[in-house]
Amino acid sequence: MKQRLIDAPPVTERTGWCEGHGDHPLDRFLKEGRIPHIWCSGCGIGIVFTAFLKALEKGGFSTDKTVVVSGIGCSGRAAGYLNLDTYHTTHGRAIPFATGLKLARPDLKVVVFSGDGDLFAIGGNHIIHAARRNVDLTILCINNFNYGMTGGQGGPTTPLEARTTTTPYGCAEHPFNLIYMAKASGAVYVARWTALHTHELRGAIVAAMNKRGFSFIEAVTPCPTGYARRNKLGSTLDLMRHFRDNSFITDELDPEKTALPFNPKIAVGTFVDIEKPTFLDMYESCIVSKAGGPKRKKQNRNRRG
Amino acid sequence: MTSKAVLTGTHFMSGDDACAEGGMAAGCSFFAGYPITPATEVAERMARRLPQVGGVYIQMEDELASMAAIIGASSAGSRAMTATSGPGFSLMMENIGLAAMLEVPVVLVNIMRGGPSTGLPTLVGQQDVMQARWGSHGDYEIIALSPSSPQESFLLTVDAFNLADHFRVPVMILSDEIVGHMTEKVVIPKKEEIKIVPRSKLKSGSRDFIPYYPDRNDIPPMVLAGEGFHLHATGLTHDEYGYPLITPEAQERLVQRLVRKIRDHTAEIIRTEELYMEDAEVIVISYGCSARTSQEVVEIARERGMKVGLLRLITLWPFAESRIRELASLKRVKAFVVAEINCGQMVYEVERCAGGKAETVLAGFMGGRIFTPEELFCIIEEVTG
Repeated sequence: MKQRLIDAPPVTERTGWCEGHGDHPLDRFLKEGRIPHIWCSGCGIGIVFTAFLKALEKGGFSTDKTVVVSGIGCSGRAAGYLNLDTYHTTHGRAIPFATGLKLARPDLKVVVFSGDGDLFAIGGNHIIHAARRNVDLTILCINNFNYGMTGGQGGPTTPLEARTTTTPYGCAEHPFNLIYMAKASGAVYVARWTALHTHELRGAIVAAMNKRGFSFIEAVTPCPTGYARRNKLGSTLDLMRHFRDNSFITDELDPEKTALPFNPKIAVGTFVDIEKPTFLDMYESCIVSKAGGPKRKKQNRNRRG
Repeated sequence: MTSKAVLTGTHFMSGDDACAEGGMAAGCSFFAGYPITPATEVAERMARRLPQVGGVYIQMEDELASMAAIIGASSAGSRAMTATSGPGFSLMMENIGLAAMLEVPVVLVNIMRGGPSTGLPTLVGQQDVMQARWGSHGDYEIIALSPSSPQESFLLTVDAFNLADHFRVPVMILSDEIVGHMTEKVVIPKKEEIKIVPRSKLKSGSRDFIPYYPDRNDIPPMVLAGEGFHLHATGLTHDEYGYPLITPEAQERLVQRLVRKIRDHTAEIIRTEELYMEDAEVIVISYGCSARTSQEVVEIARERGMKVGLLRLITLWPFAESRIRELASLKRVKAFVVAEINCGQMVYEVERCAGGKAETVLAGFMGGRIFTPEELFCIIEEVTG
């Protein structure tokens, strides 16, 4: 029982085969030696990931004061590549983990980077309550309509009649409209873009991270290996064409009407952008002041620009 | 010197409240929980007390979230705790594994009630003892302490935070409905008399660090969020850098260390209390509320000239293995009687350690009430013949 394996040198070297790291302007946001990533060729997560890196750069966010928390799944693996403090937690629990972290250190920017299954199926209860409380978090939800990591099973966003490995006859369940749900739960910023809209996505991430309160961004992304193949939707290029030809930008559409049916017009844009006191604002004004407690460290102020 | 966090003085206080005050005295600044009988009073007291000292109380949507939130808060540097009972304890199992894997110190109070399922919300049980040790999947170690009084609930909660921070493990207070709802004298010492063991932290400033590289006690100094280290923590099997590494070698290195950091230090963790042990031939082993009745029974037996002693387990996990082996190997010790409110849980640990050298008898009671001294006495009488 008392084998002392720990005396051996660590099993991996931190650096080594990462020649070339640092040459690209965004490399400073990536952990040295962690690329290549695990995502399939043609996967849209890399595009959203890059939009996030660009948002970090454009928004001037401190890499020491930005924390990414992720759940489980393809999208959840993003945390491991980022040169920030990152936590790869349990399936569905990224939001409550991030809630604890944010409330303990209000000066940090906390971003949850995860997928539709993680955030809306197993984590569904957490996202609606974090939005209701208006905890100051940014949620970046990659919606690829299926569970990619486990091989393409149906999930809470799988469209009616779509084929996945667990819906071989077509999906018989109605999918969630994530935009409508985020709004109804109380989010103060709600936007949807596709993997084609990289600039808009980057802008939305900057806006969401600067927004005080619970912000939600849905990034509609192609999953060529899991979802597109089984539904004969073609390659990622075909899907990007589909996004180009069938999406329309709107800031006025009622979130109730933004549902994504199987072969749709995709409504993209900013659907909610309102001001509301955050959990900690209310905690401070409604509780701490009456309890006679000391003032807590200030949250990051709204910073536009 | 009065402090808002430490209510120095003599109080008439319940075990639940004493757990909350123990947390306050230990510097707990974050509590996430969900209402559940018979542990709700811990949350209620924290909701009142934490805002007074600049801490955060949050009522989460369920116990899955409560456990995740305290791990998040502790990762950011707060001393964090939650409190629950059986059904909530089951939900917390998932993230107890996460805390063990990420080596994040947290304190979890379980005021045990009768189960299974919804069971006996308002009545006592001691049926979560094995779940506490083995409830989350995979191999890991935790520490569990069992108070027998409100005073001890206070003291052990302080100890729980120190043990959690020192060993970087989840530490549980396995109290029960009787101790939790019992109101007794609780003396809270002066702030400066309360020992606080801080976390061993990596000094900030150094970029050249290995976040999970253990010290000579197999415990890595902790890296917190927002200190500029750019830590990656994952529930996947990982190497010393914290990066996922899905190989048998990485699994062996990591899991063996997670287990060894507790198993190699049992001597400094385990605490027991002994009574009339010098010449005892029959030893009653008990914990929590059961140990109170057991003590009464041992006193009665002694009055009648029977050579009966009491071993009270204060630390349930890691188990007081070596002490029980030692006692079993004494010629005079004929039997262990394990008194607990379940169908037999700790009795199997005792039996294993006794190794056939002394008889092991279960005095198991089904819960809903504490057993009477007569009930336990009859079992002891049978054993002594």
